[in-house]
Amino acid sequence: MRRVLEGLLTPLVSIIIAIIIGMMVMLATGHNPLQAYAALFSGAFGSTYNLSNTIASAIPLILSGLGVAVGFKAGQFNIGAEGQYWIGSMAAVWVGYSVKGLPPVLHIALAIVLATVAAGLWAGIIPGLAKALFGAHVVITTMMMSYIAIFLNKYMVENGPMMEKGFTPQSPVIQNSAMIPKLIERTQLSWGLFIALAAVLVVYWLLFKTTLGFRLRAVGSNTRGAKYAGINVPLYMVLALFISGTLAGLAGAVQMLGVQQRLYDSFTSGYGFTAIVVALLANNNPFGIILSALFFAALATGGQSMQLVSGVPAQLTDVISGIIIFLLAAKKIMPVIRKKWRKHLDLATERGAQ
Amino acid sequence: MFWHILAQPELWAATLAMATPLALPALGGTFSERSGVVNIAMEGIMLIGAFFGVYAACLTHSAWLGMLGGIIMGAVMSLIFAWVTVSIGADQVVVGMGVNIFAAGLTTFLLNMIFGYGGTPTSTPHLPNIHIPGLSQVPFIGPVLGQQNVVVYIMLLAVIASHYFLFHTNLGLRLRAVGENPQAADTAGINVWNMRYLGVIIGGMLSSLGGVYLSLGLLNSFEPNMSSGRGYIALAAMIFGKWTPFGSLGAALLFGFSTALSMYLQGTGNISTNIIQMLPYALTILALVGLVGRSTEPAADGIPYEPNK
Amino acid sequence: MSVCLEIKNLTKRFPGVLANDRVNLELRDGEIHAILGENGAGKSTLVKMIYGLYQPDSGSISLHGQELHFSSPRQAIQAGIGMVHQHFMLIPALTVAENIVLGSEPGNIHYRRKENEEVIRQLSKQYHLEIDPSAKVGDLTVGLQQRVEILKVFYRKAKVLILDEPTALLTPQEVEQLIQVMERLREQGIPIVFISHKLDEVKRVSDRVTVMRAGKTVATVETAKTTPQELANLMVGREVVLQVSKPPQTAGKPVLEVQDLVVAQGHAEKVRGVSFEVRQGEIFGLAGIDGNGQFELVDAITGLLPAKSGKVVFRGNDITKANVHKRTTAGISYIPQDRHADGLVLDFELTENFVLRDFARAPFAQFGQMHRQAIEAHAERLSESFDVRPHRIHAIARNLSGGNQQKVILAREVSREPELLIAAQPTRGLDVGAIQFIHDKLLELRANGKAVLLVSLELDEIMSLSDRIGVIHDGRLMAVLPGGQATREQLGLLMTGVKLEKEG
Repeated sequence: MRRVLEGLLTPLVSIIIAIIIGMMVMLATGHNPLQAYAALFSGAFGSTYNLSNTIASAIPLILSGLGVAVGFKAGQFNIGAEGQYWIGSMAAVWVGYSVKGLPPVLHIALAIVLATVAAGLWAGIIPGLAKALFGAHVVITTMMMSYIAIFLNKYMVENGPMMEKGFTPQSPVIQNSAMIPKLIERTQLSWGLFIALAAVLVVYWLLFKTTLGFRLRAVGSNTRGAKYAGINVPLYMVLALFISGTLAGLAGAVQMLGVQQRLYDSFTSGYGFTAIVVALLANNNPFGIILSALFFAALATGGQSMQLVSGVPAQLTDVISGIIIFLLAAKKIMPVIRKKWRKHLDLATERGAQ
Repeated sequence: MFWHILAQPELWAATLAMATPLALPALGGTFSERSGVVNIAMEGIMLIGAFFGVYAACLTHSAWLGMLGGIIMGAVMSLIFAWVTVSIGADQVVVGMGVNIFAAGLTTFLLNMIFGYGGTPTSTPHLPNIHIPGLSQVPFIGPVLGQQNVVVYIMLLAVIASHYFLFHTNLGLRLRAVGENPQAADTAGINVWNMRYLGVIIGGMLSSLGGVYLSLGLLNSFEPNMSSGRGYIALAAMIFGKWTPFGSLGAALLFGFSTALSMYLQGTGNISTNIIQMLPYALTILALVGLVGRSTEPAADGIPYEPNK
Repeated sequence: MSVCLEIKNLTKRFPGVLANDRVNLELRDGEIHAILGENGAGKSTLVKMIYGLYQPDSGSISLHGQELHFSSPRQAIQAGIGMVHQHFMLIPALTVAENIVLGSEPGNIHYRRKENEEVIRQLSKQYHLEIDPSAKVGDLTVGLQQRVEILKVFYRKAKVLILDEPTALLTPQEVEQLIQVMERLREQGIPIVFISHKLDEVKRVSDRVTVMRAGKTVATVETAKTTPQELANLMVGREVVLQVSKPPQTAGKPVLEVQDLVVAQGHAEKVRGVSFEVRQGEIFGLAGIDGNGQFELVDAITGLLPAKSGKVVFRGNDITKANVHKRTTAGISYIPQDRHADGLVLDFELTENFVLRDFARAPFAQFGQMHRQAIEAHAERLSESFDVRPHRIHAIARNLSGGNQQKVILAREVSREPELLIAAQPTRGLDVGAIQFIHDKLLELRANGKAVLLVSLELDEIMSLSDRIGVIHDGRLMAVLPGGQATREQLGLLMTGVKLEKEG
């Protein structure tokens, strides 16, 4: 219990500091921070509709955040979740509109399986093998693959095989049988929520209750120790990236089948990058990811209404995300301060005793 | 057909032009990593340079002062990065990612805040192209080398100066020593932290100059996320160039060539531009796979220095 | 002779340890003064205080009558104190000259390569420490690297030279050269503090010896007027009993057979055709100076390094090509020499570290799912019977002391009931109690008819425990001697590569 509370302390303090910095930015730019934050809050949670949309946009964040966390746990900093998300989206949409005559559950399942495998391979084959065999920096390779995936997506809908005839570059709409039904009508919230929650449980189980998870975590903490433990280190590096990509791909699939229902021409979803922050804020804890995904989803949905109501550009929320990562990474500040304080006390008591 | 393309001086001019925003951050990364700090924040710092370059240029109506403003803000951002990574000893890769996300958000936020949703004004002053008399008249060489943007020449000078600094000055020796074995450097009386701050901040200034070039040299405006992964490609160029200035330039030219080639091929209209645009990114991965195993990074790269350990 | 460096009542306390307790030392001009003591006697702490790396809690250090207070090595260097660390403070990627001038380069901006190299060349002539100033330090042998360290000290115009365990990593020839260097420096009037735990070297080279024991200076004696036995007694504080009670026992069938094994790392062949066997109920000791291939040999037996040629046979099966996992499950346990890097996952809980080798096997796991209860029960049992402290099985390995970390590894490896235990430097850096405990466990395995391969750099450890002793030099096995009969002199010669006369 104490560990849980201590684990929550750093993220909460980071969030609070970041929000305060956001306030100062607003004050400096002549906005009313209370009004802006109130608008943000009500935009995120203020009504069933808003709350549903916040939860809905937390779904891809939970899934891709889990992906980044699995990579992290195995020592692989997969920052290419964005690209894996797009690969998953493309595969899911393609199965969604091109396969016909399947019963709904089966159609959805087929789309999801294909999307996850495609995204897993996208992350596992090139960045994974490049790391395992040649030691190539995962940060660079996953990011490069991300850009390639984004261009691939543009190609698909602009002049590739998934293009639908018409003026706007987009793919055909998926079949009804491939659509994940809505949980609450006229919102974006679908049954995908339960897929995300199930994924949390599965990832937790996988990481902490299975030998596979043991191996992944051992590789992540100490590659030499893992080798000594008889673990095939390169294999599990590849596997870690594969699983990581799988989850990011699942995020894309659930988003396509549950919300968008077709592929659009867009440069980034933003989910892949926010996923990194989500995982970091949760300290890679699968359950923590639910909370941190909700937090960032609230920032995103609330940010729009903040922009409308108070005129503060919604990207302020990205600034806040960046500051949070900064503070989280710098969490060593706190022990340093605490240690100095303790030393100070020790000296004082020693002097008192003499 | 292919040879015909290669014979175009425009292609080579574009290669040099497109290599510049890679070579500058790669050079910056070289400084940072030679001092022992892994810097994946180049992407974000380029954005900072690009945005504040335009902002300062608009405020002062001078592209030169804009350039200065961009570089100063890049240095400020690097200073914060250095504080967290060097003084506090936080995870350099994670903080670097934090800088990237922060910078992307901040620049877009400020773009909308300051310039509104219409983007930066078209009247923003522009960094001039330079015609070198004599050289620009030479056939082939002239169009390639003789009439580039001023930043291209600054970049070429910076490569030479960096090489001299790193390998032929006392300070450069100290900077490299700190990146190899900070404890040894410390016992030799060198202030490890100062050297790392120096490496990171010079690195940030060079990276932000790369950003300034994008906004004030190439495009004359700031677009959200306009660095589009160049910071990461520069990281690869630095590795490919074995953490040396000339090596970084060489790798940047290679990647710049692929960008130039993709721009050129887009003009021919045979292949989808989206496919062609993947080229530099794919080449980057290929370069990493083909070479990384054989190059050695500074021995203490990425490890925060804690004395008495 | 006048007193050069004087240390009075120096005390240094670390959390839980009194590392130096009112230590006194007096160094005279032009003498070689040895500080002798066991591992952990406080020698390193003392010199680190002299060099400004630690600050004393109380007491004084004075140089030529002037009291000194250093807060960093920089100040010590300025005051004229030079130190060669046990682990060199060198930068392999830089040249000899660059390493030496680093931090005190002449000139302002430009690095004067030619001039610096010339100065170093002169310096090396002056002190008879021949070296090529333009060579890359990473390409030099350990002995030459040490020269660079000594030159670094004199480049900074040191008046006092401190050598911290300078012979630890050297080959015998290099030790010989170092001793010559020290003698020449003494002729030039430079006082040297020489730290060692090797009696013979101290006896040979020093003028006076200060013996340390458990953080205190016990005595200072003139080397010429003392005997090795007397020094040993001072060092240990009791009559030295090196013999471990070890009942005689006949060895059984061979468990491990190594046949003409060659191991390469990079381009260099580290093990060049080694053959030996380890039998049931015996401890086979592998002696040798560090860097002669013993650890590469062990890594090849355990599967961490591939064998280039030759065979490894375990209980009659050829395992040369088997992976680590297969060898582990076949019954090979291994205590690696670097426990932080190899033996533990420091960020894992003790429960997880206790099953690091068998986590995927019943009863700890089945069908890929781990069984928490079985793992916790196992951890409780081991933690109890090996007295691991703190006695909390969910503690993170990183937070344990070195001795307790080693107990975790030992507990894990021994409890697997292996047919063969390979122990590489199992007692390095541990206190006497922990060493005793580990030695007892090794003997227990032997009594139970298991095979033990003990690799150690401490000759005493090898001699007191082993039934047979193999000596490795430069990747080759020089000889295998019976444990009870081998003498220190014989082993010493073999370790240095001198072949013994064939006897019988």
